[in-house]
Amino acid sequence: MKIGVFICHCGSNIEGTVDTAAVAEAAMAFPEVVYAKDLMYACSEPGQDAVIEAVREKGLDGVVVASCTPRMHEPTFRRAIERAGLNRYMLEMANIREHVSWIGKNREANTNKAVDLVNIAVEKLRRDRPLTPKSFDITRRALVIGGGVAGIQAALDLADGGKEVILVERTSSIGGKMAQLDKTFPTVDCSSCVLGPKMVDVAQHPNITLYAYSEVEEVSGYVGNFDVKLRKKATYVDWAKCTGCGACMEKCPSKKSLDRFNEGMGGAPAINIPFPQATPKKAVIDAEYCRQFVKGKCGVCAKICPTGAINYDMKDEIIEVKVGAIIAATGYDLFDYTKYGEYGGGRYPDVITSLQYERLLSASGPTEGHIKRPSDGKEPKTIVFIQCVGSRDKSVDRPYCTGFCCMYTAKQAILTKDHIPDSQSYVFYMDIRAPGKLYDEFTRRGIEEYGTRYIRGRVSMIVPKNGGLLVRGADTLLGQQVEVEADLVVLAVGAEAAKGARQLAEKLRISFDNYGYFMESHPKLRPVETNTAGVFLAGCAQGPKDIPASVGQGSAAAAKVLGLFSKEQLENDPQISQVDIKRCVGCGKCESTCPFGAIHMIDFRGQPKAEVIETVCQGCGICAVTCPQGAVQLSHFTDNQILTEVEALCLF
Amino acid sequence: MSSPTYAYYPGCSGLGTSKEYDRSTRAVCKALRVDLRDMPDWSCCGSTPAHTVDHIFSAALSARNLGIILAMGLNAATTPCPSCLTNLRTAEERMKKTEFGERVNKLLDAPYAGGVETKSVLQILVEDVGLEAIAAATVKPLAGLKVAAYYGCIMNRPPELMRFDDHENPMAMDRIMTAMGAEVVPFPLKVECCGASYGVARQDVTAKLSGRLLQTAVDAGADVIVTACPLCQMNLDLRQNQALKALGASFSIPTLYYTQLMGKALGLPEVELGFDKICVSPKQAFAAMGKAKEEKQKSSQGSRT
Repeated sequence: MKIGVFICHCGSNIEGTVDTAAVAEAAMAFPEVVYAKDLMYACSEPGQDAVIEAVREKGLDGVVVASCTPRMHEPTFRRAIERAGLNRYMLEMANIREHVSWIGKNREANTNKAVDLVNIAVEKLRRDRPLTPKSFDITRRALVIGGGVAGIQAALDLADGGKEVILVERTSSIGGKMAQLDKTFPTVDCSSCVLGPKMVDVAQHPNITLYAYSEVEEVSGYVGNFDVKLRKKATYVDWAKCTGCGACMEKCPSKKSLDRFNEGMGGAPAINIPFPQATPKKAVIDAEYCRQFVKGKCGVCAKICPTGAINYDMKDEIIEVKVGAIIAATGYDLFDYTKYGEYGGGRYPDVITSLQYERLLSASGPTEGHIKRPSDGKEPKTIVFIQCVGSRDKSVDRPYCTGFCCMYTAKQAILTKDHIPDSQSYVFYMDIRAPGKLYDEFTRRGIEEYGTRYIRGRVSMIVPKNGGLLVRGADTLLGQQVEVEADLVVLAVGAEAAKGARQLAEKLRISFDNYGYFMESHPKLRPVETNTAGVFLAGCAQGPKDIPASVGQGSAAAAKVLGLFSKEQLENDPQISQVDIKRCVGCGKCESTCPFGAIHMIDFRGQPKAEVIETVCQGCGICAVTCPQGAVQLSHFTDNQILTEVEALCLF
Repeated sequence: MSSPTYAYYPGCSGLGTSKEYDRSTRAVCKALRVDLRDMPDWSCCGSTPAHTVDHIFSAALSARNLGIILAMGLNAATTPCPSCLTNLRTAEERMKKTEFGERVNKLLDAPYAGGVETKSVLQILVEDVGLEAIAAATVKPLAGLKVAAYYGCIMNRPPELMRFDDHENPMAMDRIMTAMGAEVVPFPLKVECCGASYGVARQDVTAKLSGRLLQTAVDAGADVIVTACPLCQMNLDLRQNQALKALGASFSIPTLYYTQLMGKALGLPEVELGFDKICVSPKQAFAAMGKAKEEKQKSSQGSRT
């Protein structure tokens, strides 16, 4: 075997504290190394050309590049040696930047360590074998989880791109949080009017199959070929027959079901269509409140329904679908503000959330767009908005900024003045965060044209006083305490990960951060990808963001899926496990430890043996360390290779 | 069941301005079988002045007392005073840091190794005795008495140090009073500051803050205020005239220690409860309570016949 070694300066990043020429010289002494050279920038075009030229001229069989982390440029150098005619797996990298030059200042010690790392790489390379990926077919159908605006956008873009889409929504209608909003900032467009047409498009698009009131039960398989089980929850209404006429809602005698769409403001009938533009416009029975379920008798809706759609015996249904890619767009939930005792902890009816206020403003809301406070239905004249409730507060484990509350609060204060011209709004804020097109102008308009009074400081206490609420806080600009006697207090509650996000992440085998938001593959450069191939992200599931950003991510994720689906076939990564059938005793331990279900037991001439499903194996190596016989080996990282690396380092 | 045993730290005010708190606390604990052991040679915890000047000095004053408790063979202590409680608990926490502990121990005759947990008497009554036992021991229910429970600002704060009850909406005294038959009125200023020791330096501040508490209690319909803090009690009771002058109001409302009312409900002799030490006498409120009770009894008898 002829090995070439290339030591990268990385400008002064490595050369500054490592004598790269000395490393190259030392490398020449290692077995089978026939060529060693230091390069200014190995990853640059001249650098890659130098590697390719050396491979051709010296007839190299394998290459060691000592430079930065393989996470950065392993694909670059693999492609380079492939262009030179080598198998791309005949490459080893020694990380002498992150592991050497960036962390130590002693040039001599650094140089010695770099030599050691190159030695390890050479020894491993001597035992590398060419590997060839296998190709497999893909299912050109995508699953979009979550029917908020991000999921809607992703589904529409995919469908318009000619791909089949399965859209799954947990509640009985798509639309998400955006459908609950009255207006959007900074244009003050009617939210449901701009979203409505997109919802209709989803319902009518021939390429989209919508499963509302359904959840993802189980996901198996791998990129290109996922097998997904969906749980279609029992609605107790046959949606094939339901016309959405709403007669059942009017006659239903139980009107105290939790009105989730209206954020619990006012009750809903136990059989309900959440809002007029609901898509699909179908009724669902809330079994917790329905008298037929609670008391065992009623049946009013069954009698009234003109199409006979009511079916009290309906059961959950499991639907199996095959898809090639998945977009998780499960959105967010609101921070539970009752954790703030100083705001009353939920004890005061006239302290409400921003989304509840949104429903009060909305013409389709419980008060038909008239602002009436919950306690006595009076129109409030003095309204206090408190920002950062569950944002930027370590004491409630929410240190992050939700990012859109400043803007919707500015909007709500403006709308308040529109609804009640003789009203006065106060906003207690920490900082006004309005970095977006026309955003800062919008908050200024609230202050200058609508007379919203902004007070920089936190609220320390809300107590009932004279039928209203006394709000006490600090004005940190004046250095004074302020007290406002308010008729209504609106809390700008922050966003938190959607309920069940962690469980879904586990089903999808993607990571999530400390707060339950799904982790993108790279915070800057791979914002909609995950580290699981074929699973993408869109919208607030990845972190709080406003509508345009969510829509942008929906489209971005769709573009990623379309790119994936444009390939004829996909290639698997050949760095996977292999079973030496002669050594395998059929104990099945590898099968039980494999987290991906990539090993199954087969019958080989009457004996049980393990077999790796090549397209499912992710190359994690757990089976290799589990096998008591050493029969399972991870290609490119065999036991022998790892032991040789250790020996190379620990000669004495 | 063996009775809970605690080293008892009365605090300086317990021997002076809040004698009735100390006496009633001892009487109530005795009646409810909480064993309070007096500490020999205890000294001041440092109160507010010490920790505003020097944390090491403040911790040393408290640690000296914590050391005495260990020497008594106990590792559980109790005090009725929230200020003492804060200092004793803070010292215990801070002494866990090696460097801080070493500096404190240099000031002490005998180094303090740590290991004493101090709880408020209120916490012990709720957690060790329990509301059911308190209700069961009640012989003269406080029926007809409307009570505003005022906790003051430091009884439950900071929450990570006190680890008892809700720091924004504490309920311990509310529940005890309810268990003993009183009617607890909603009192939103439970944990607001009374002005504390500003009564000395800036009487106007204390008058304003205490005045707001008194007014809110009266507006809520309370006959009496109960408190668990000697300084709160003094500001609301002894300084009530100053507060009313600042408010421009004329009413009067007695401010009692919750242990005094507990003693009354437990049927303890009045002489042990020290109602005569209260400036704004609760006599009228008690008389009204008796009347309300009689009327209630009459009406319920009437409905029976």
